[in-house]
Amino acid sequence: MTNININTNDLIKGWDRNTIASKIANDLPHSSYVNLGIGMPELVSQYIKEDREIIYHSENGLLGMGPSPNENEIDLDLINAGKKPVTILPGGSFCHHADSFSMIRGGHIDYCVLGAMEISVKGDLANWSTGKGIPAVGGAMDLVAGAKNVFVMTQHLTKEGRPKLVQKCTLPLTGAAVVSRIYSDYAVLNITDDGFKVIELNENITIEYLQSVTDGNIYQ
Amino acid sequence: MQINKIKKDMTEILSDVFDGATIMVGGFGEAGSPIELLHGLIDKGTRDLTIIANNSGNGRVGLGALIGQRQVKKVICSFARSAKGVTFPELYNKGEIELEVVPQGTLAERIRAAGSGIPGFYTATGVGTPLAEGKEEKFFNGKKYILEEALRADFAFVKAETADRYGNLTYNKTARNFNPIMCMAADTSLVQVKNILEPSEINPEHVITPGIFVQSLINIKNPIIETNAIEEGMTYP
Repeated sequence: MTNININTNDLIKGWDRNTIASKIANDLPHSSYVNLGIGMPELVSQYIKEDREIIYHSENGLLGMGPSPNENEIDLDLINAGKKPVTILPGGSFCHHADSFSMIRGGHIDYCVLGAMEISVKGDLANWSTGKGIPAVGGAMDLVAGAKNVFVMTQHLTKEGRPKLVQKCTLPLTGAAVVSRIYSDYAVLNITDDGFKVIELNENITIEYLQSVTDGNIYQ
Repeated sequence: MQINKIKKDMTEILSDVFDGATIMVGGFGEAGSPIELLHGLIDKGTRDLTIIANNSGNGRVGLGALIGQRQVKKVICSFARSAKGVTFPELYNKGEIELEVVPQGTLAERIRAAGSGIPGFYTATGVGTPLAEGKEEKFFNGKKYILEEALRADFAFVKAETADRYGNLTYNKTARNFNPIMCMAADTSLVQVKNILEPSEINPEHVITPGIFVQSLINIKNPIIETNAIEEGMTYP
């Protein structure tokens, strides 16, 4: 592992999270069944264009999830994976947990979008445990093992300035060779046999700079 | 004489629950969590319990309260790091409660398998991760899978929306979650239900849990709402 550690004051500013979310939204095809992870990935649903309809799955037995309710419409029996109140859209349905995870594990979810702590050049993902505190995995391991396409939405570097895209993950894995594509603030990259293949590069960034903040082979 | 699974009070429905029992507790966070049955268990004082649930309780209400009373020796769950969790972290950090982490879908499938007479199954979930350690591996069509075993329990504590005296159940929205499969996987399923209807009043097409999976019912018309209880500073007992 190379020892890249960037002074965070020197970092070039990349895309903001809304821009990253809109790039992911553009890549989700019409009529896809999609599971958005808790946190930043939830933004993606705000950027779906009107030329397509996407159906959202929530792991706790909800297919056809809608946006947050108004204050006076909150129902604490209608929540999402983050245990926040949501709504159900016309055409939606409820199911029990084993059926909900059959949708995931049985390969019926077309895309899932997750956050990451580390992604290796082989597509290994670490996003559930820092190795400290109470270990809690939730549905992350099922999603990466079962969804047809696993998209990662992440900052390119950690808050401390270390690369998240690495030769080999040091944190406990969520899954091995599971990530299809990474959307960072610096680039959109596919996982390939030859390394991280750049699909789109942030307009302020050179390929040399991207390589300098990535611990793993980058190519175009 | 007619079949009637409805019990008259909490003492009666919990009468067979014993020290050292393994209990499945329905719910995903607070949705579908059988808070009154758990409070009944606090009143009864049953100890050394192994709890199978998705989470490990919030505040000092329901499962959080049962753990806080030190009646639980082990929790098997997918996510024990709830934002409002208090009692589990307290005991876990002192090494006074055991935790077995199971991926959420594997947890659901292990429960369903137990309820369906399937002793184990192979899954891709967890392969290559620390949670696969010690588990048998097998390749199918060139892809690696791990063996996961069925997960049964002595009792299931379940919350439902409507029931009839046969134990046919319906649920409310995402409060369904683990409840139906836990009814299948436990030797004895104890269900707290908001509304009890005549058998003719539940459309058979709408039944989610058929009565064969349910042993006992108790009518809790106005169950505690966990979020509100925690905001109001409620603790139990």
